Parts: sequence; structure tokens; C-alpha cells
Amino acid sequence: MTMNKEKRVTLYRSMLMIRRFEEKVRECFLAGEIPGFIHPYLGEEAVAAGVCSSLEKEDKVLSHHRGTGHAIALGVDPDKLMAELFGKRDGTNGGRVGQMHVTDKEHGLVASNGIVGGALPLSVGAAFFCKYQNNGKVAIAFCGDGGAARGTSHEAMQFASVFKLPLILVIENNLIAGATPFGAINNVKDLADRAGGYGIPGVVVDGNDVEAVYEVVGEAAKHARNGEGPSIIECKTWRMDGHFIGDPGWGKEEGENEEWKKRDPISSFTARLIAAGDVTQEELDTIDAEVTKIVEDAADFARQSPYPTEEALTAHVYAG
Amino acid sequence: MSKMSYAEAISDSVAIEMRQDPNIAYVGEDPVGGAQQVFMGAWCEFPERFIVAPITETANAGCAIGASMCGMRMILDMMYADFIPVAMDEIYNQAANVCYTYNGKGNCPVVIRAMCGNGTSEGLQHSHSLENLFAHIPGLKVVMPTFPDDAKGLMTSSLRDNGPVIFLTHRKLGYNEGEVPDNEYLVPLGKAKVVREGKDVTLVSWSYPVMTCLQAAENLVKQGINAEVIDLRTIVPWDKECIKESVRKTGRLVVVSEENHTGSFAGEIAATLAEEIFNALKGPIKRVTSIDAPVPIGKLEDLYLITPEKIEKAVMSLF
Repeated sequence: MTMNKEKRVTLYRSMLMIRRFEEKVRECFLAGEIPGFIHPYLGEEAVAAGVCSSLEKEDKVLSHHRGTGHAIALGVDPDKLMAELFGKRDGTNGGRVGQMHVTDKEHGLVASNGIVGGALPLSVGAAFFCKYQNNGKVAIAFCGDGGAARGTSHEAMQFASVFKLPLILVIENNLIAGATPFGAINNVKDLADRAGGYGIPGVVVDGNDVEAVYEVVGEAAKHARNGEGPSIIECKTWRMDGHFIGDPGWGKEEGENEEWKKRDPISSFTARLIAAGDVTQEELDTIDAEVTKIVEDAADFARQSPYPTEEALTAHVYAG
Repeated sequence: MSKMSYAEAISDSVAIEMRQDPNIAYVGEDPVGGAQQVFMGAWCEFPERFIVAPITETANAGCAIGASMCGMRMILDMMYADFIPVAMDEIYNQAANVCYTYNGKGNCPVVIRAMCGNGTSEGLQHSHSLENLFAHIPGLKVVMPTFPDDAKGLMTSSLRDNGPVIFLTHRKLGYNEGEVPDNEYLVPLGKAKVVREGKDVTLVSWSYPVMTCLQAAENLVKQGINAEVIDLRTIVPWDKECIKESVRKTGRLVVVSEENHTGSFAGEIAATLAEEIFNALKGPIKRVTSIDAPVPIGKLEDLYLITPEKIEKAVMSLF
């Protein structure tokens, strides 16, 4: 492993930030402070941190309905992100769209999507933009194993492969689509095998191993930046929480959560860091305290931000 | 001014805009053999900006919309209006919501063009226009030119708009010729045009049925009726004031469109005018629209079409 200590600590911090943020979201939702329909990212932190840490500024990311982890890993301001979830005026999007639709173009987050598989066609456009501008940038489309079943994934990869667009499709295979287990609605074990149908690389990676995700995305990005076209990366992972906050875990077998807990992306990485002598437990505790403070402050910021006023109902419905 | 066809006028606008803005590109299927070659001249001049796509409407739409979200101005050619719903998620759930979601921090400049309209026996999946479907969706503008000069001017305005615009070109207008201004030419979105002045009844229409209204208006002269004909040109935003002003003068309104009757935009116009200037009306507002059935082929289609006679009959019922 060639990764240096600083990079490893960055990855750790990114994953921990997602976890602490999502824990806080859950708490605020259950306290009635966050409205609506929240899809937690808990358990999949290594995917967001590994993918987003391997990107460059100006790369484009198109996320799905469980995209809070992606936003944090991209460096979206936690205050604004939390305010958006609260439906407050200082949110990333003015507090009008909520968790499933967060965008922040400054940090590369072009779109998030409430339509499963909805990011994929748009990611073709983001990749087309990069190629047309000839700027060496890449687009990332995130979808789940559920989203990968949609026709959008086929059309997007058909189009992207024909024009050798710099697109990486990251399938976060958390082995469950809503409350339906992977095996019940798929006839294959590995979705990345579909890459063969487009003549492009397809890689399966342990989605709970942040370093492994970082490495394979880095390779795919290099491939794309060199003009060699798109790739599919399938990250096998597990959603520790329900499909949404309130889902008790429908569709999961008894004991599955406990089994996956042993492969928790953060604690397993922590053990590796300590064993390698990269950090001490004390240093990790310091990072945890810092991250926890940022998340607490974000919740306070969101609480204090005003609600949008009536003018916001119709602002920017049509382009200015 | 130059004499050119409606299709050539559109291509002329696109070529002029492409010369000025390197960030305009096209995605579509079969621009050479497809729906009336409305981009042919621009394509010959800028072949590298024309992405000739596979039959992947969803990805084609996503390509155009996604690229426009990143900073380009895109043209998406969907060929036939009936094919647009193949990529409806990309238009309804994605494109239409971009400006709202970005909340002033980004745009979605994409012109979604398709050929529309009935009358050439192409059947129930190649003959509808669906403007009412698109007009219903907040965030989408809907443009339907009738004359070659307007086709050019409205395409220029659509290309410069920062949001998604559905631009429907009627199959029976594509080869019509007219005098078209040279060089850069703009017709603002949201402005209707009185194409025939009259004092007895207002006929409001858009796209090919405007031609049918003009013919009906000529026939009505024999009955002693002088009809005013308004070409709406833009369905969203629509020029309410122009219609109101005319109806205040004539006291009678007939709205004519190829849409299926129920849920038509013609109904929206009728309802709005009834709400807002009821007292100016001398009789009920009439609609001449297609019946609530798919578009048939052959001889049966002749019975389906909007004809001058159907318009004249509606007008005569008001006198």
C-alpha cells in the first residue's frame, strides 16, 4: 500500500464526519426538527470517502437519493447541508428541496436525485461537458444496486462507451433495494460484469475498504482522463440503517446487520491505522471530538437559520 | 430578408448562434434523415458540434440536460413530439426542476426540439403534439412557431433562454417558405401576434391550425363576419394581454388547436378569459380541438383533422 499517513487520516476523517453527521440527522429527525423523507448513508461511508477523495477540483458528481455522504465527502459546508435538511433558508438550496435533492456546484455536486437511477443520464451530460471542454475532468455517477437495474444505466453506458466519455459509474451495491434483497431481483452476482457488454472496464471492490475504493476509482479516473472512456465500479457494501429513517430494517435477515457490523468501514480502518502505527487512539479521539463539534455546530446553525418566506415558493421556477 | 423555408430558418438561427457561442452543441438521432432536417445547414457548418446519438433517448436527453447544467447551451432533438415521453423523466423530473433546485446558482439552457402535428397519416405514435402536457409542468417553456420568420426568431430566443424550452415544429409547416430577416433575429418568448385583424370574433391558435384559422377567416367574410386571428407563438409563457385586448374588441372567442380536447391548453385559455374578462364576452367561449381519440390514418384521419369548416361552424354558433 503506497498511501501515506496524511492521506489515510484524511480518509478516516471524511468517513467519521459522514457518520457523525448522519447520527445527528437521525437524532434531529426523531426530535421532529427535520421534515420529510431521509435516506441515511450509515454503513456506506467508505464508498463516499474513497470515491470523492480520489477526485480533482472541477470533477462532476451526480448523486442518488442517499447522497448526504457524498456531499460531505465532497466538502459541502456542513452548516448549509444541515440547514437544507431542516428546510431552512441558509440551506445549500435555500431550504426548498431537502435531503434527496442537495446540489452544490462549487464542490462538484451537480445533482442529487429522488428518482432511482435518475443520475445516470445526467451524468452522461456532465461527462460530455468535460470531454467537450477538453479539460481532463471526469464525471461520477452514483447509483445503488436498485438503480443499476433501470434502463437508464444501460442507455447511459451505451452512450458513454460509444463516445468514450470520461464517466465512472459507481454502483453502491448495498445488497438491498428498498426492502427487496439483491438476490431476489438479480440474476447475477456481480453487476460490474455488465461492463463487458459495453467493452469497458468493470471492477468489483470491497466497498467497506476505503483504501481499496480510493485505489480503483483513482485508476478509473486516470483511464477516463486519458481519453480512454468510461468504467463501472461496483462497491459491495451494506446499509446499516433502514431505507429511510423510520424503516426498522425491512427486507433484512436476522443477524445480517450484526455480521456486517464486524466489517464496519470505520472501525476496521481504525484498527488498520493503529496496527500500522499511523495514528494513536488519542489522535483518533481528537479527530472525533473535532468532527463532533462541527456536526453539533451545523445543527445549531440549522436551528437558528430562518425558514424561507413566501416569495421562495415561486423564485427561479423559470430561468431568469 | 431572404426567402427560405421554415426548416431553413431554424437552421439559420442555430448556425448564427453557434458562430457566436462555442458552447452550443446538439444531441439527437439521425439529423440527416430525421424529422425535416431543421438543423441541416448548421450541421454542415459545425459537424463537430452535432452528436449523432444511438437510439438512447433517455441518455440523449440526459446528455443534453446534464451538459446544460454544467454550463453548455444544448439542443436536444427528439425527432417526434410523440417520442419525447420516452425520456419524460429527464424532462419532467430533471430539467424542469433544475433552476428551482439551483435556486439562482445555476441554469439549464436546453432547447428540446421535436416535429409535431397530424395530417400526414403517420398514425397514433407519430402525430401528436402534446403541448398541453409540457405546459402543465412548472419550469418548462413551450414554443410552437407557425411562420418561417417567427421560427427563426423564436429559435434564437429559445437558444438564449437559460431554462429548458420545448420547441415544436409542425410537420405541415417545415417546407413552407417566407421572407426571413437575415443575420441575428429575435422574437421574444411570450408575445403573441395578430396575424389578421378583425372586429367580430377572435380566433386564437398556434402552429399549423393558425393557417386553418386564416382560411376560415377568409371564408367567413362571405357571411359578413370579420375575424381577428391571433398566433399565440409561445404556449408558455402565453400572452394573455394580447388575447384580452382582442376579445374586449370582438366580444367573441374561439380557441383552435390540434390537442385532444380534454385537458387541452385551449381549455386553459378559455378558463382564464372566462375568469378575467367574462363581462366582455357576448357569448360562450368555443373550443375547436381534436376529439379525445388517437390520431388515425388514411381517410379516417381526414375526419379527425381540424378543418376550416369546423372553425366556421363554431364561429357561426356565436352569431
